[in-house]
Amino acid sequence: MEKLILDVLTKNGMLTGFAVVALTMLLSNWLSARFTRGRLHGSAIAIMLGLALAYVSGVFTGGQKGVADMPMLAGVGLIGGAMIRDFAITATAFGVHLGEIRKAGVSGVVSLFAGVILSFVVGAAVAAAFGYDDAVSMATIGAGAVTYIVGPVTGAAIGASSDVMALSIAAGLVKSILVMVATPFFARTIHLDNPRTAMVFGGMMGTTSGVCGALAAIDPKLVPYGAMTSTFYTGLGCLMGPSVLFLATQALVG
Amino acid sequence: MTIYGTGLLAACVLAGLFVGDLLGSAIGVKANVGGVGFAMILLIFSSEYLRKRGWLPQPTKEGVQFWSAIYIPVVVAMAAQQNVVAALKGGPAAILAGVLAVVVCFALIPAVERIGKEKRTEPFRPQAVTE
Repeated sequence: MEKLILDVLTKNGMLTGFAVVALTMLLSNWLSARFTRGRLHGSAIAIMLGLALAYVSGVFTGGQKGVADMPMLAGVGLIGGAMIRDFAITATAFGVHLGEIRKAGVSGVVSLFAGVILSFVVGAAVAAAFGYDDAVSMATIGAGAVTYIVGPVTGAAIGASSDVMALSIAAGLVKSILVMVATPFFARTIHLDNPRTAMVFGGMMGTTSGVCGALAAIDPKLVPYGAMTSTFYTGLGCLMGPSVLFLATQALVG
Repeated sequence: MTIYGTGLLAACVLAGLFVGDLLGSAIGVKANVGGVGFAMILLIFSSEYLRKRGWLPQPTKEGVQFWSAIYIPVVVAMAAQQNVVAALKGGPAAILAGVLAVVVCFALIPAVERIGKEKRTEPFRPQAVTE
């Protein structure tokens, strides 16, 4: 009997995933209303629950894909995987107003460059402070502080060692998770409540998962604006990391 | 029909990802460069075009809107499959690099946000320039 139920759940992974995610949302919205009077948004709680579950299952399975490493919950991996994620992010653009994007104009572009370069410099400086002071390691860890996709792309292009690559991905993951969890608490201090600021936010922080997760928790209407700049951020990072930024680092430290 | 909307969305995503891959290989990086961004722009313009011609009835819209509404659960599913263990295991260097990058960039958002705005108000405050 028990085996039969587990079989059905495992075989229809994606459906199990939908049911599990729906239950998580239900629980989070209840927690939000019951204990925070809606002040901490249900989606923020759901994202934190998701991260906590990912940690627990990472410890138990020793895998790299959070709950998706458990056969029964592989469907969650499918729902949150690259294909459906890109599909759903793009769909949010359906409600976007062109005028709002034009308004962000210059500051949107500036935020992209400022975000990539600043993150890189901070990451590279921290790397150097911890003894990774050759140009390749500094650039790879710096690129990881840009996003966890830019990190390994840069590292692979300039021939970084695998432990430096792992460190670089870890830096990017920390960034993504922190943006997701912490932004809703500080949204008011930077007036993150309008499309324009959302676009600058996406351009400065860059990590698509972090930005979209944070905006979803603050105001779902802002998601498409942040998502748009943040996807260009990763592109710009992949472009600048192994080229201009690496060369500049090399010129600086020799 | 609802599927027309979902089909339009799928076509935009595929075309955007293709452009992103093309751009990636053109500049020699093994990554999709801005694919989703291009897909979003495609969707904005194509839906605008269809709306103006009256070719975007409610059922078609619903085929896109469902996926837009399912976005937050998708993000939750995405969060649930992050490698949180590795992020924390990376040690103080990784954690500090990530945290500082976030703090510095976050603190500068209001400054960058002001850039375009100042430009627009300039003509209305000539005194400020002469002072």
